[in-house]
Amino acid sequence: MDGLDDIVEEFLVESHENLDQLDSDLVALEQDPNSRERLSSIFRTIHTIKGTSGFLAFNRLEEVTHVGENMLSRLRDGELALTPMRTSVLLRMVDTVRALLTAIEASGGEGGVEVADVVAAITAAMEDAPAPAAIPAPRAEAPAKAPAKAAAKAPAKAAVKTTAAKAPAKATTAKAPAKKTTARKPATRRAATTPAASATGPQDDAVADVLADELPEGANAVMPEPTVEKPAAPAPAADQADAETPSGGGDGQTRRGVADSTIRVDVDLLDELMLLVGELVLTRNQIVQNVARQTDTDLIRASQRLNLIASELQEGVMKTRMQPIDHIWSKLPRVVRDLGIQCGKSVRLEMEGKDTELDKTLLEAVKDPLTHLVRNSVDHGIEAPEARKKAGKPTEGVLTLRARHESGQVVVEVADDGAGIDPVKLGEKAVQRGLVTPDALTRMSPTDILQLIFLPGFSTAAAVTNVSGRGVGMDVVKTNIEQIGGTIEVESDAGVGTVCRLRIPLTLAIVPALTVECAGDRYAIPQISLQELVSLDAEKAANAVEEVGGAQVYRLRGELLPLVRLTDVLGLTSERHDGHVVIAVLRSEGRRFGLVVDRVINTEEIVVKAVGGQMKAIGLYSGATVLGDGTVALILDVQALARRALRAETNERQESQKAAAHAAAASETERQRMLLAAIGGGRRVAIPLDTVTRLEQVRTDAVEKVGNREVVQYRGAILPIVRLDRHLGAYGETDREVLEVIVYADHGRSVAIVVEEILDIVDGEAAVRSDIDDLGLLGSAVLGDKVTELLDVRAAILAADPAFYSSPAPTTPDGVPASLLEV
Amino acid sequence: MTAPAHAPAPAPATSGQLATFRLDGDLYGIEVEHVQEVLRSQQLTRVPLAPTAVAGLINLRGQVVTAIELRERLGRPPRPEGTDPVVIVVRLHGEAVSMLVDSIADVVDVDAADFEAPPDTLEGQARDLIRGAYKLHGQLLLALDVQKAVSA
Repeated sequence: MDGLDDIVEEFLVESHENLDQLDSDLVALEQDPNSRERLSSIFRTIHTIKGTSGFLAFNRLEEVTHVGENMLSRLRDGELALTPMRTSVLLRMVDTVRALLTAIEASGGEGGVEVADVVAAITAAMEDAPAPAAIPAPRAEAPAKAPAKAAAKAPAKAAVKTTAAKAPAKATTAKAPAKKTTARKPATRRAATTPAASATGPQDDAVADVLADELPEGANAVMPEPTVEKPAAPAPAADQADAETPSGGGDGQTRRGVADSTIRVDVDLLDELMLLVGELVLTRNQIVQNVARQTDTDLIRASQRLNLIASELQEGVMKTRMQPIDHIWSKLPRVVRDLGIQCGKSVRLEMEGKDTELDKTLLEAVKDPLTHLVRNSVDHGIEAPEARKKAGKPTEGVLTLRARHESGQVVVEVADDGAGIDPVKLGEKAVQRGLVTPDALTRMSPTDILQLIFLPGFSTAAAVTNVSGRGVGMDVVKTNIEQIGGTIEVESDAGVGTVCRLRIPLTLAIVPALTVECAGDRYAIPQISLQELVSLDAEKAANAVEEVGGAQVYRLRGELLPLVRLTDVLGLTSERHDGHVVIAVLRSEGRRFGLVVDRVINTEEIVVKAVGGQMKAIGLYSGATVLGDGTVALILDVQALARRALRAETNERQESQKAAAHAAAASETERQRMLLAAIGGGRRVAIPLDTVTRLEQVRTDAVEKVGNREVVQYRGAILPIVRLDRHLGAYGETDREVLEVIVYADHGRSVAIVVEEILDIVDGEAAVRSDIDDLGLLGSAVLGDKVTELLDVRAAILAADPAFYSSPAPTTPDGVPASLLEV
Repeated sequence: MTAPAHAPAPAPATSGQLATFRLDGDLYGIEVEHVQEVLRSQQLTRVPLAPTAVAGLINLRGQVVTAIELRERLGRPPRPEGTDPVVIVVRLHGEAVSMLVDSIADVVDVDAADFEAPPDTLEGQARDLIRGAYKLHGQLLLALDVQKAVSA
């Protein structure tokens, strides 16, 4: 059975169920021969089996069901009346079908089950001829056929076949050991069945002899000549046959058949079970928490058992709802093929991790978004063959679907090796559509820009094609994925390909979450968004939490992580006054941010409870849950939080930048935030933070030359570089692989200032300045106990790009950095 | 709703039983069939950024139920320090919502004949929430529109 195809297996399960129904239907039909409804139902069942068997190339099964169907259709249409004889014949047909199914289940093929005389009997019954007269004729044929087939197949089957061939009830013969003998069979047939059944049933070596003895005798009694010769050939193999052929009964006891090992269960029932298990898990949590404070060892032991059993039960119930992702993937090859032809592209679909399982409800929910992503990749991602050839890629594009489990989530990727998404084009489009301001765009990293495709009203397709671009865009995909608590992000390398990555929770009902405290209340953060936790003690926090233009950031392994204080978002006041900073690093829509909370409590499995409409309207909570101690905690909607907080932060930041500019212009002694950088030769330079747009790292080998100026390609634009060490006459190391770069952008133009190392961000005190005025410097000051040079940013920028300030005239007075710098 | 909100509405005067409770000295009543249960003061989980009338969430045997502060809803001063509210859980359209009141009183049989629409002088939020008054012996029983009251 290992060799059985999934399709065949499904067919068997379904057919067995249908056949049981058929038996009772047919008997009921005998009582009430005029029931159209029953007839139609029987007809449909047989029709289904016929259709599928034809499709799966089970010819004999098809043959039997075909004549049966003929008869049924005539019965249904009233052309024939249902007589007891016809019912018998139909029941025989059902038995034969069952025997065939058993054979298929056992060996993967139709085995030795003969159908010819059932077919003949049905045909005869249709013609209204008396059955007994019709039977001998086909029976004469049957043996002749059997040996021929036997030769082709395994000798094992030949034995069964010959056994079967001798009796009119051969169908029953094959089935007899496993299934009950139906009482409806005529007595003569039963007599013939019995020896055959006993011959195939037992497993001992005597079988061979029994077969040899029985067969000629039985055959002689019923059969014409040809069969008599047969037993000799199959007999030697007969004991082997018993071991190999499950339909012979040898295997029947040790292994349940396909149909017996599965049952269908209403999904609602599973849902209910899941809910109950969720409640059980909660109660378990409460008990375990309480017991932890007890000293009674028996109680503690019992609670540990409860803990274990509840977890296993939860896992078990979750498993009942799990299905391999292949269920939805299996439809995609067709989609890809058809679409490929339609678009004139040749695409190969590869799948990795087909067996990855996830909750059925989630599977359903992911189906459409996934199909959409696949369509998108074929339609927009993979280029036409000629374009691929030009780009030096094989003409056949590869679309790869990957699924895997990763830290309690399922990660599904749709990757293509197509043209990729150009962040520059994408950004332009977004600006065109008014989705972002050009100003905001310049501040975004390429990854951030890519995520813009998820904004409503965005479609990068130049033309609306038949395939995609029908208004169902990536925003819908995103909404759908977020509805089930998942996340989506996109990665793309122009020219190399695009990867859409979905992260989906394993199940909806029970969510692993981090509980945190903020202003005295507890909140739950789904683990799916959580990347890591950072805890800073007061001393460290004072240095490590820095500000970029008024917005707090933390340097997490060299990258600036914007910080969002949960208290600020919620409009509360933190109860933590000791200066410690606890940061939950969260990811949303491909962006990372740090959520500052008062303290981290625990990780817990929580059961998501719906909250009333008023709560949903706030748009910050995805639900609520009851924690181990019985208190209610709100579940933070990280996506919404990110959207709200990050946008607000950006606005605030712009405001504060403006404010800072005004303030700086107004007062010379105003404190200013300075970025400290080393430029080599032990020299330190301070650069006003307001003029820093971003800190980046650029690989040295990415630096190219235009004339005598150095540039790098950055987000599709040419970014002029000024090396501060050379600009200021210091000599730093020149053979570094990675350059630390301060990017300054204004009015759509950017320059990069290369420094040796970013040191710190400090409050600059304007008062302590000397006016040692060197080239490119404004002066110097003591910052962080060291003499630090103040960079003339304007001069440095002009050194890199002489046209920086001239081309688009600076319109907003407070946007001009020069006014900032003349302090 | 055919009648405009502020017309002297043909008051939905109904006879029947009202569960009554006290709030800032007044007696209010809601249809007894809406009331699921009455609880002593419960631990509330506040919901930041929620409308002010939302006092928080309570854990009702594993179910999370929103609690509406009826004093706030009716524009009354906050409950004095040190007094615990009583929680009335009502079930509307299959969803449980709770209201915080000062104290619970009897279930009263009311007669439609004693009903009168709210006086014209009644203003503000309260006017929308109070359907009218039943004139009982010695005091008025204000009939609260529970539906509107909990849809903060």
